[in-house]
Amino acid sequence: MNRPGLLDCMKTVIARDIRIALRRRADVMTSLIFFVIVVSLFPLGIGADPVLLRTLGPGVVWVAALLACMLALGRLFANDHADGTLEQLILSPQPLSLLVLAKTIAHWLTTGLPLVVIAPLLGLQFNLDADALLVLIASLLLGTPTLSLIGAIGAALTLGLRGGGALLALLILPLYIPVLIFGAGAVEATAAALGATAHLSILGALLLCTLVFAPWATALALKIATE
Amino acid sequence: MSSIRWYKYSSPQTFYPLAGRLAPWFGVTAALVALYGLYISFFLAPTDFQQGEAYRIIFIHVPAAWLSMFLYLIMAAWAAIGLAWHTRLSSMMALSIAPTGAVMTFIALWTGALWGKPMWGAWWVWDARLTSELILLFLYLGFMFLHAAIDDPRRADRAAAVIAIVGAINVPIIYFSVKWWNTLHQGASVSLTKSPTMASTMLWGMLIMSVAFWLYSIAAVLTRVRSVILERERNADWVRQLGENA
Amino acid sequence: MNWESVSAFINMGGYGTYVWGSFGVTAACFAFELLALRARRRQIISALKAGD
Repeated sequence: MNRPGLLDCMKTVIARDIRIALRRRADVMTSLIFFVIVVSLFPLGIGADPVLLRTLGPGVVWVAALLACMLALGRLFANDHADGTLEQLILSPQPLSLLVLAKTIAHWLTTGLPLVVIAPLLGLQFNLDADALLVLIASLLLGTPTLSLIGAIGAALTLGLRGGGALLALLILPLYIPVLIFGAGAVEATAAALGATAHLSILGALLLCTLVFAPWATALALKIATE
Repeated sequence: MSSIRWYKYSSPQTFYPLAGRLAPWFGVTAALVALYGLYISFFLAPTDFQQGEAYRIIFIHVPAAWLSMFLYLIMAAWAAIGLAWHTRLSSMMALSIAPTGAVMTFIALWTGALWGKPMWGAWWVWDARLTSELILLFLYLGFMFLHAAIDDPRRADRAAAVIAIVGAINVPIIYFSVKWWNTLHQGASVSLTKSPTMASTMLWGMLIMSVAFWLYSIAAVLTRVRSVILERERNADWVRQLGENA
Repeated sequence: MNWESVSAFINMGGYGTYVWGSFGVTAACFAFELLALRARRRQIISALKAGD
């Protein structure tokens, strides 16, 4: 008997989730378009003074990315929960935390990564220069996976609940704050010609810690939610 | 060798009357200590050289802030115990602590604003401690709202426990990042709790008021947990009998 | 004693609104919490009595 190894299982989960996301392209596009719209709202609300925009740009792009990530989290477990796949994953002999990690990776590839690709274009709207744009990409590259990992905990805890998105927001936005501070801070530090290495290192450290702890917490939350 | 079998009180049924006997004592003692603390705050502590009489707010602001943080940690600890050992009473304790903790956090924020306005001219200064206190309020509310959103009490207890623990782990991370953010953006050290020199009377006053707030919190939590026990265990025989005899 | 008169006490060197606003709201918060606790207990006790 040829039992599939753990890595194969994870690859299957990732591939499946990506395939489903590509079939439901509208879902993926919605959070991306949300991102673009929210970023565009700020100049409309604050005014188009280029100096002001350059100061606000990093924070605005980061907050919008954060909100877009959060918006997309509903997708992570809800669909699988509805059609019974989630039960199968929980019952399978593979460690649930690693299957959760696989789902989160797939989610990030279809949600976070597109944000990272689009963000520099939006950064141009805020007159950020080339250095700042590069650091923006780097900070989002390090930060959005952390956001997906932390968000997965919230998505698992609020599975099937009435409060839905608003409750999810209340739970995880406070936890997002450190990532926001160092992510936006990295770009601002670059714009002010101070180094961004400290910020990016801390973002990296946050990612590593979250990588270790979040899938385990999410697996626990899933078990609690489906018992 | 203790002759009291402490674990006897880990069931709701035995803890209920114990809490009922303890709560009034804590309440009365809290009131007496608070009276002493207020006496120190207004009649013993001298006028501050720089801040005039406004600094007296510190006698509420600092104790409330300390309590808000300690209560959160204790709440998370009870929740973790309930999660790990499936003890119902532990989760009920966590649930009972949350509202009192949230009230303390609100008081810390309110008094912080009322202290900041005369001192630094703004109702809200984004100093690291106040901002972290605001985030702590969100953490409390998240715990309470998550619990309220889940109908099944066991699932509610366990889900809320996860968010409490995750929050507790994040509190130092959040505080550190907000501190970093604050020093970068503000430069000037606007710290609400760093009075240049603390006369010993002032420290003493803060300590006494903290004790008073502690005792009050214990009294409030013990009272609340009694209601929670009755609500949760309403189908148990002993509760039914209470209802008939009360 | 720090205060020459009752009005000086209330005035708090010009900071009366802030000091009493703080102490007052704090007292109100605790009072509100205690009332809420009492109401909650009354509600469950009467529900138990009615249910039996």
